[in-house]
Amino acid sequence: MRFGVVTFPGSNCDYDAYSAIKTLGEDVVFLWHQSADLMNSDVIILPGGFSYGDYLRSGAIARFSPIMKSVIKFAHEGGLVIGICNGFQVLVESGLLPGALMRNEHLRFACKYIYIRVEKNDNPFTLDCAVGDVLKIPIAHKDGNYYNFQADIEILKKNQQILFRYCDKDGRITEAGNPNGSIDNIAGVCNESGNVIGMMPHPERAVEDILGSSDGMKLFESVKKFYKQGVKFERA
Amino acid sequence: MNKKAIVYIRLKDGVLDPQGITIQRAILNMGYDAVSSVRSGKFFELEVSGDGGKVEEQIQDICRKLLANPVIEKFTVEYEK
Repeated sequence: MRFGVVTFPGSNCDYDAYSAIKTLGEDVVFLWHQSADLMNSDVIILPGGFSYGDYLRSGAIARFSPIMKSVIKFAHEGGLVIGICNGFQVLVESGLLPGALMRNEHLRFACKYIYIRVEKNDNPFTLDCAVGDVLKIPIAHKDGNYYNFQADIEILKKNQQILFRYCDKDGRITEAGNPNGSIDNIAGVCNESGNVIGMMPHPERAVEDILGSSDGMKLFESVKKFYKQGVKFERA
Repeated sequence: MNKKAIVYIRLKDGVLDPQGITIQRAILNMGYDAVSSVRSGKFFELEVSGDGGKVEEQIQDICRKLLANPVIEKFTVEYEK
């Protein structure tokens, strides 16, 4: 099983993601933004950082890089893709995930451990979790305020596309537990078929207890289990 | 013929604008009471050349795909000689 981590100019969590997959014990390669070659990866990770300097809007320029053409095709064919932080921003800009990530409500960069609640565990990236599990995972962003129109939020709820919501340490969805003003405390979503997910928190930074938490590892363990069980999405 | 396309990007109505709110608060703190709301946006100048209809079509496309995020933003284009 091979993970491919995309490096854009300005990515700064690509090595963290690479290292997390090494900790997981699976094969991992870097994918360069100017190449269109996914190098036979089974899971694509779009890492955090500031691709193209966050010029115009976070993720807006990265969307048009050669590697993204291949990633978009891969995703449409049912391939597994996870976008973390800036990677999430790239996925919403690409139209692979719904919504938009706006400036944090308090306008500050937020860098700290937060808690998220697992809303759904029939997704490749959460099948090792239980619904209601509270994960301690760090965030580090200024543009993580998830926004969508109310009608579209209702569609997300109906299709069960909300994967994670910010909460307090006991799993309660509170305003105090919401670090950036995201609508309905949304921290992560998936596409309708569930093979593409995006989240603002950084699971790759929480994969060993020495880092403060190993809760992030559950996502990578989940997708590994999913893949090794040989479950395949139907091709679109 | 060379001309300029002036692109204005605005947030759609109903989309929260934390920057605008903060700017409006600063205006109040400065002691001015005439401003009740601020909405922030972006502005681009593009130098363009070629056949009018084709150019305008391209600019519309560029706005939709790149300059604006149609989920939260709307745009208007003006042309200057």
